[in-house]
Amino acid sequence: MEKWIPFIPERASTVAGRVDALYFFLVGVSVFFALLIAGLELYFAIRYRRRSPGEMPAPVRGSMKLEMLWVVIPFLISMVMFAWGSSLYFTIYRPPKDALDIYVVGKQWMWKLQHLDGKREINELHVPVGRKIKLTMTSEDVIHSFFVPAFRIKADVLPGRYTSVWFEATKPGRYHLFCAEYCGTSHSGMGGWVTVMEPADYEGWLSGGRAEGSLASTGEKLFQDLACVSCHRSDIQGRGPALKGLFNRPVRLEGGQTVIADEGYIRESILNPRAKLVAGFPPIMPTFQGQITEEQLLQLLTYIKSIGPEETPAAPPSPEAQAPSGGAGVTRKENVKQ
Amino acid sequence: MIPKQPRTHYLNISYGFKSWLFTTDHKRIGLLYLVSITLFFFVGGAFATIIRLELATPQGDLVQAETYNKLFTMHGVMMIFFFLIPAVPAVLGNFLIPLMIGAKDVAFPRLNLLSWYIFNLGALFTIYAVVSGGVDTGWTFYTPYSTTYSNTHVLATGVGIFITGFSSILTGLNFIVTIHMMRAPGMNWFRLPLFVWAHYATSLIQVLGTPVIAITVLLLAFERVVRIGIFDPALGGDPVLFQHLFWFYSHPAVYIMVLPAMGVVSELVAAFTRKSIFGYDLVAFASIAIAVFGFLVWGHHLFVSGQSVYAGMIFSFLSYAVAIPSAVKVFNWTATLYKGSVSYQTPMLYAFGFIGLFTIGGLTGLFLAAMGLDIHLTDTYFVVAHFHYIMVGGTIMAYLGGLHYWWPKISGRMYPEGWAKLGALIVFVGFNLTFFPQFLLGYMGMPRRYHAYPEEFQVLNVMSSAGASILAVGYILPMVYLIWSMRYGPIASSNPWPATGLEWQTSSPPPTENFEEIPVVTWEAYEFAGQE
Repeated sequence: MEKWIPFIPERASTVAGRVDALYFFLVGVSVFFALLIAGLELYFAIRYRRRSPGEMPAPVRGSMKLEMLWVVIPFLISMVMFAWGSSLYFTIYRPPKDALDIYVVGKQWMWKLQHLDGKREINELHVPVGRKIKLTMTSEDVIHSFFVPAFRIKADVLPGRYTSVWFEATKPGRYHLFCAEYCGTSHSGMGGWVTVMEPADYEGWLSGGRAEGSLASTGEKLFQDLACVSCHRSDIQGRGPALKGLFNRPVRLEGGQTVIADEGYIRESILNPRAKLVAGFPPIMPTFQGQITEEQLLQLLTYIKSIGPEETPAAPPSPEAQAPSGGAGVTRKENVKQ
Repeated sequence: MIPKQPRTHYLNISYGFKSWLFTTDHKRIGLLYLVSITLFFFVGGAFATIIRLELATPQGDLVQAETYNKLFTMHGVMMIFFFLIPAVPAVLGNFLIPLMIGAKDVAFPRLNLLSWYIFNLGALFTIYAVVSGGVDTGWTFYTPYSTTYSNTHVLATGVGIFITGFSSILTGLNFIVTIHMMRAPGMNWFRLPLFVWAHYATSLIQVLGTPVIAITVLLLAFERVVRIGIFDPALGGDPVLFQHLFWFYSHPAVYIMVLPAMGVVSELVAAFTRKSIFGYDLVAFASIAIAVFGFLVWGHHLFVSGQSVYAGMIFSFLSYAVAIPSAVKVFNWTATLYKGSVSYQTPMLYAFGFIGLFTIGGLTGLFLAAMGLDIHLTDTYFVVAHFHYIMVGGTIMAYLGGLHYWWPKISGRMYPEGWAKLGALIVFVGFNLTFFPQFLLGYMGMPRRYHAYPEEFQVLNVMSSAGASILAVGYILPMVYLIWSMRYGPIASSNPWPATGLEWQTSSPPPTENFEEIPVVTWEAYEFAGQE
């Protein structure tokens, strides 16, 4: 494999090779220019060393042509880096639509992870090889950063909002998970492992342990316990807007603008309902700020994502039925199943 | 002929503490800063020493995690706000700008002294924070950790930085007015030494940028004390807003550290090749371009913070744009050597060191400006290595080179050349051994600000720690022989190298009024041919 190249971490994701390629390009350019500068300095320093104390060289004022040359050439090379780096960035931060959702909550000083089927982990993440995974992340306290060197991915995990990043593991193994944003006393202890498994092993792992019910069904129970259901009714028009098929759809607000009902909007509407009122509904919803945990919020979110218009919410969807999410919105049931 | 010192000069015209503490002589004020920042440099260096000792083993075994976090925080705060930012401008800039432009003093001599007092007052608060238990937020003070979660002395440190900022603003203001109003007859803008151009650009940043960090620190203090929600989302604030404000100052602040250093290197390269800097105009404008573009790149510190990808692209593009004037300077210095008369005295060795290390620092900046690569590299040791190459490999090399170059003017004595060359060599070797392995550690994935780390990173960390001990020797050595030379060094002539520049046309050390009579300038910068 790539073991013969020293000082390169293991490559275990689809983007790792692309990041390394850009890195090698930059190393190449840097070595070239560093040697060029060092070589010229050394050569001139020896060639034109002072031979007598009174030596007075002829003045050279400069050359516009030469100077333009070393303005333009570095600029052109740097534009290659710019374009290459930007395209890679778009790849890493734009999750594909068919990715499997996993939710991450950071807190001083641990990572809490929830799988769609309800399985929870702390400082450990199990994922199958060859499957696109989208992480939706938030923090309970300060800023953290989710960093897996072997995947070449990193994303800050912020309190009060969701950030996301995706990856597709290519090689079974155990890889370091680090917190990369300084977060207080045990910052360097806030790490763990990402375990990449063959799909069959992963299935085995998923089915092991006690079942708590899927994330969506826990979310649905919460939806009832918190009495969300009494206003956001599915059968008839309730006092609040119906949530069926809401996710990733445009919503018309009081005041005329339109927003997309993404994770951030749903989160805000639960914690601060009056911030962006849906057109035609009175501002009567109480805030749930401080009453539910970040993990419960993510469960509610998963539930809301899972209810498409064709479904009857009375029958909780099976774990498989809402595995993938992403943009598909209404036709959620079609892109299921590994 | 053995050079003789003038009978009276700025150093011996009066004696006693009062004559220094109430001086308005820009040269003496420069030396007051020299004393202050040298003290802070060694305090900050002591913190670094403990950090490197801790990192010699993977386990966190020398100090506790809390202590370690305070050490790297205080190392950063001390070195950046109390050493690197004032180093070249406040010491060498203060001493030299009036001399170089043919003035008797800066435009506002008493304001200049006040700046030094303000600087020390700010330092006092920060030192109070250190001795009363320290601060553990990192020098970046990211919220909401700094406003809500840290229970260390964030406020005292913040007040210290707030106050010290005014010293920086006032010094910048003083330089701008001085350079505009106090130039000797005939000293037009394009006859100014590039050192002065660099300081002009730096002063613009100091005056325009520093108020932003002052406001930011103030907002931080409001949120911490009065719990007004500005940054903490639990109070309705935006945690990333802090990063925007912080880097709006702190990225240009990197240029506050580097631009004057580039100015020093231009002087050194010209003097030790006996040639005008190749493409004087472009190098002068490059300083201004860096100062302007430097204000527009702060968002490259936020590529993984969830910032809009399109905003990221603009910041990435501008970061490449700002790299070009820096590259131009490196090429122009190199071209200056061509058909020059290169001598290898100590200041020139430091200049060579600067060009080499700054080039590596600059090139690795290109890695971090490439967004897709920055995702992997940011917040790792790669970043630590990169900015140490710029700020230590760049600024400190130039500062030491400048200190040696102008030492005869400052002290009236020559430093011991042999020891000095040895010192420069030790610094260069120690520096590379300390920081080069950190690039590799960073790409391998070691995050920064880690008290303990996985075992596979140990070998490179041990190399880094070993290098740090060499580097420490390299920094202590000049302090010892420079102090020694003040008494025992050979008497310096007024122009020992010889070099151009008005500062070399007055005696060493200069009289309090700088010149017997105000010079009239009829020649261009770096015109060696007219000399003997």
